[in-house]
Amino acid sequence: MCTHVTETFQVVGSAKGATGWFRATDASVYFDHPSHAMADHTLNVDIRRPSDGPAARVALELTAASARALAEAILRTLDESGRRTTTRVETSR
Amino acid sequence: MTEDRAVDTAFISETVQFPGHDGAVIEAYAARPTATSRRGGVVVIHHLPGYDRESKEFVRRFADAGYDAVCPNLYSRVGADVSPDDAAAAVRADGGVPDEQVMADVAAAISYLRGLPTSNGKVGCIGHCSGGRQSYLVAATLPVDAAIVCYGGLIVGEAPPQLPTMVPLIDRTQEISCPLLGLFGNDDQFPTPDQVDQIEKALNDAGKDCEFHRYDGAGHGFFSPDRPAYRVEAALDGWDRIWAFLGPRLGG
Repeated sequence: MCTHVTETFQVVGSAKGATGWFRATDASVYFDHPSHAMADHTLNVDIRRPSDGPAARVALELTAASARALAEAILRTLDESGRRTTTRVETSR
Repeated sequence: MTEDRAVDTAFISETVQFPGHDGAVIEAYAARPTATSRRGGVVVIHHLPGYDRESKEFVRRFADAGYDAVCPNLYSRVGADVSPDDAAAAVRADGGVPDEQVMADVAAAISYLRGLPTSNGKVGCIGHCSGGRQSYLVAATLPVDAAIVCYGGLIVGEAPPQLPTMVPLIDRTQEISCPLLGLFGNDDQFPTPDQVDQIEKALNDAGKDCEFHRYDGAGHGFFSPDRPAYRVEAALDGWDRIWAFLGPRLGG
């Protein structure tokens, strides 16, 4: 079904869509029917800039396993880069 | 009427416009047989992923079976020339479309069909997924002669806080004023088989004219040939049930 489970929040960064790069302001995360992926349901992410219209969007449709792998990789990367940054700061003192 | 005819039904399809909720002009996809005989009409309510090619294919299939058919773009207000998936993403981010707006847009589609020179005055509606839920609401809200619910979620259950517009409808069952056909997959989790039983019981307890069919080995979206959920046996039997249900209720 449509699970309707949706999270929306504001983001800061950029994304590259159909017409090039744009400054992203909003994100949606939901688990529902994909438009394109070959799965009944996917974890969908929209990185958006609604002030530029609905087409200012980068869309991801990932299987649940792929989405978890991506989320864990993101967190590991952030944690690791944070640890190294902290180490460098401490070393430079 | 049925699509199983000795002679193919020629039809035309086009994008039309009419005033919907609050008078806003909305677009709709219409397909109508070229024959001038009187016939019933069908409103197709698109699913949450939007006013997409699959929804338009449904419209054409009803025209091929001899009905005037139309699918209002419930996301028209996002803007013209917006791709269906972008429109659906924008609508979702904004919390969905209110039921009141959907009912007014569907009412406009019903008026469009009844205003056609070929109309016999009878109109049914069909919806899949979120459209199945909305078809249930149409049956309880608008003057239609038949309603078909294909795996409509959130007729019973709890609305997610992120989409407060999707309120459960089971308490509206007593208001249903037309025969209702329900088609569901037993592998579906939205609605679950238990929830389908609850809906059927509510309809029966309220003395409503309803007919439910459930398919083993099928889940949500089994009518969708472009998706992995497609189940040809369930879909073909479902189409036969649709023609058998609509024929006596929308026929001349």
